[in-house]
Amino acid sequence: MNWADLNLMPALPELFMSVAILVILMLDAFISDAKRGLHYGLALLTLAGCAVLQVQSYSAVPVHTFSGMFVSDALSSLVKLAMYGSTAMVLVYSRQYIADRGLLRGEFFSLALFALLGMNIMVSASHFLSLYMGLELLSLSLYSLIALQRDEVKATEAAMKYFVLGALASGLLLYGISMIYGATGTLDLALVAKAIKLHTANDMLLVFGLVFIVAGLCFKLGTVPFHMWVPDVYQGSATAVTLMVGAAPKLAAFVFVLRILVQGMEAMVADWQAMLALVAVLSMAIGNITAIAQTNIKRMLAYSTISHMGFLLLGLLAGTPDGYAAALFYSLIYVLMSMVSFGILLGLSRAGFECETLDDLKGLNSRNSWYALLMLLTMFSMAGVPPLAGFYAKFAVIKAIVDIHLYWLAIIAVMMSLIGAFYYLRVVKNIYFDEAQDTSAIVMRADMKLVLSINAVALLVLGMLPERVIELCVQAMKQSLTVI
Amino acid sequence: MFTNQLSLVIWAPIVAGLLVLATGGDQRANLARWLAVAGALIGFLLSLPLFTGFDNLNGGMQFEEVKPWIASFGIQYHLGVDGISMLFVILNSFTTLMVVLAGWQVIQKRPAQYMAAFLIMSGLINGAFAALDAILFYVFFEGMLIPMYLIIGVWGGPRRVYASFKFFLYTLLGSLLMLVALIYLYFQAGKTFDIQAFQAIAKIPLNVQILLFIAFFLSFAVKVPMWPVHTWLPDAHVEAPTGGSMVLAAITLKIGAYGFLRFALPILPDAARELSWIMVALSLVAVVYIGLVALVQTDMKKLVAYSSISHMGFVTLGLFMFTGSHLNQWAVEGALVQMVSHGFVSAGMFFCIGVMYDRVHSRNIADYGGVANKMPIFAAFMMLFAMANSGLPATSGFAGEFMVIMGAVQVNFWYAALAATTLIFGAAYTLWMYKRVIFGEVSNHHVEEMADVNKREFLVLAVLAIAVLGMGLYPQGFVEKMHLSVNDLIAHVAQTKL
Repeated sequence: MNWADLNLMPALPELFMSVAILVILMLDAFISDAKRGLHYGLALLTLAGCAVLQVQSYSAVPVHTFSGMFVSDALSSLVKLAMYGSTAMVLVYSRQYIADRGLLRGEFFSLALFALLGMNIMVSASHFLSLYMGLELLSLSLYSLIALQRDEVKATEAAMKYFVLGALASGLLLYGISMIYGATGTLDLALVAKAIKLHTANDMLLVFGLVFIVAGLCFKLGTVPFHMWVPDVYQGSATAVTLMVGAAPKLAAFVFVLRILVQGMEAMVADWQAMLALVAVLSMAIGNITAIAQTNIKRMLAYSTISHMGFLLLGLLAGTPDGYAAALFYSLIYVLMSMVSFGILLGLSRAGFECETLDDLKGLNSRNSWYALLMLLTMFSMAGVPPLAGFYAKFAVIKAIVDIHLYWLAIIAVMMSLIGAFYYLRVVKNIYFDEAQDTSAIVMRADMKLVLSINAVALLVLGMLPERVIELCVQAMKQSLTVI
Repeated sequence: MFTNQLSLVIWAPIVAGLLVLATGGDQRANLARWLAVAGALIGFLLSLPLFTGFDNLNGGMQFEEVKPWIASFGIQYHLGVDGISMLFVILNSFTTLMVVLAGWQVIQKRPAQYMAAFLIMSGLINGAFAALDAILFYVFFEGMLIPMYLIIGVWGGPRRVYASFKFFLYTLLGSLLMLVALIYLYFQAGKTFDIQAFQAIAKIPLNVQILLFIAFFLSFAVKVPMWPVHTWLPDAHVEAPTGGSMVLAAITLKIGAYGFLRFALPILPDAARELSWIMVALSLVAVVYIGLVALVQTDMKKLVAYSSISHMGFVTLGLFMFTGSHLNQWAVEGALVQMVSHGFVSAGMFFCIGVMYDRVHSRNIADYGGVANKMPIFAAFMMLFAMANSGLPATSGFAGEFMVIMGAVQVNFWYAALAATTLIFGAAYTLWMYKRVIFGEVSNHHVEEMADVNKREFLVLAVLAIAVLGMGLYPQGFVEKMHLSVNDLIAHVAQTKL
């Protein structure tokens, strides 16, 4: 590699972020505990800076750099912007919560940003090595974030489970990648795609590799039958960390899957389509049915996530540009929805009290009708009831599979969302129909209140005027996928 | 009056609802109530030009609006009404006004949210009737579940939670399958969700038509509701507050029947013909069997709820009277008249029960007796609604039933004979209930304490009574509006798509 040819521009946001993280880490050693608010401000500034650089460095055609390991295209730019936004929102929502629990420390912010950096690399990778590197950076940061509450038995247990199972999944993924390498002789996604298309690789080896890769990916997405870690991690982690695990990483994981399966192995669509169809059906079924039995709302949302990921896979397995765009749209809307639901939980928690069972939401309408309304919007959006954004997400995905004539899959999908509607309705029932058991006042920081309101109202606004975002997803897919 | 009259009719109540919601807590309850009445009144007044400005000589869509909405999915913001849907938009705006007045004092628990839910729902229902894009229709059709779910669940009776879940999940089940059917039709119609484009699809094989028909059937039959998917209705009615029952019976049931008219019949004419015997059979079961079920009810609200199912059976019967490939004009128009009439009559009946419930807090027939002694004015009004419910000539209830029976005789004598039993059963269960509740000696001290209707209640009863009588004496005023649109529908259904 010639240093003079190295184009750093496409990776400018990542470079800026790395420097900023180091600054935050260094500062941590020099300031007292009382001034930790500084980190919060710096982290938000970093995200804002990244967003600006992201927009500035955008180019109309995909740009490769670092010897083809890193790509900056419309897809990655769009998803990265969404991730900056959601990470910033996570920080805003968590501010009071982590302060109450003694987690307002430098590590929290630097780990959160490291996780984001990992996601950025996953999203922009065009090579199996960089993909894997991003994934591990994300995973290791998340393991440590969960374990940050080291005196909490549940949190340590969750971190341990996540770590052991995550390592296993990474192993599966690596094993699969090594087979692909064995078959094609390259780790570059574009070259892998070419080799598969020209049938120069050993098909048997490729299919074996694909199976391991799909297994690893399903684990990272948290889909059945590799979903066991999801409920435990969601429940065991501090709610702020749950939100961090559950929001932006889903976006990153989705693009990760897209890069490998679509950009790298689209020629094998028939093979992975069947696998994903099975995984999707199982995820929607087990996720939705098991969620009904939950009394802990974090656990319930974990199962709901599993079913949402199943739904998202439907768009992916359609194997058409419309399907990919639908899945991207789904993941963006999903992140918006999960932000509000956990945001409300964070807002209702206070020092010494965790809002985490369904009963804790009872009578929220009589305590504060505005938050009740926000949660109502989110729940109906998750259930896919129009006119909320969640409806178009489901609609787009179902349209994509009807387009490829998989009617049975479409019917299973809508029936599963019917089952899912039950437990979302139950949350609304607790909020509106039941009397409050806990009547203490709800205190939220003003900035959080504002961001949370915008976040939830966005679900309604996007439900009425979704065209812009859908168009953005379609364009991003078009620009990013045609080149390969 | 305005170029975007339909948009105004849809969005004015929704905006008013949001304003009412913004008044917040119970301390500003009166402001919320007045605001709600103003909103409902404006909504009603805005809907009137649709009637007066309607061109009777045009069977197509009027007051049309087309704007791009979600171009990537082929979805347009396309509104328009014909002589059929126009009537329901007005009926709905009218009922909303009645409901807001009906809930004036009765609702003391969070009145702002109650009124807002009704106003928002009113806008959504108008949207469902006016939508000419399938997904726009679906959005309104589904969206109205949210306020209705809250209305039953928050302000309902003791088993409100069960009833609200049942209502929501039942209706969702049907509509989700319809969504898949709509998406299928989207690809058949050349990537558009326009309903008129759906109707214009030239060829759909019969087996596909039947599958699609089943999807539509599940969605609309649950809403109507037809036997045997009617079981949610008695539960929802009994537990809903008075206003909720009024809107449910007067409007939301009609959306089901309207769905058959707008989607199932013109888009899938061959399947409709092929399966019409099933529709007729189910309708007759509803008319006869549910009529008998109504006879044995001890709860007044349940009785009227079952009577609604039985009356809606008449409507679906009228919609599927085929002679060869042609629908019977009398029957279709009768069904439509019956739909509008039932809107007034059932709203009146539920309001009457609500008036008594507010005084005695019981819906059991056995807890009443001799109400006429204490509430003579009320008894007179209720007499009118009860007569209309049993189909007495000169009330609106008669016109519709008579027309459907006339149509049925032309198709098959036995259909008509079975359907006509409703005139006996309907009279039996309604008047028997009326006798036990209203006439006789004052039966207990609760009835002794009942005071006659106040001005607000009188207003609601009087307006509904005028509507019932007006429609009974001069149904022509309604029929002439729908005549050409019905002709259009019949011509459309007569074409085969095989």
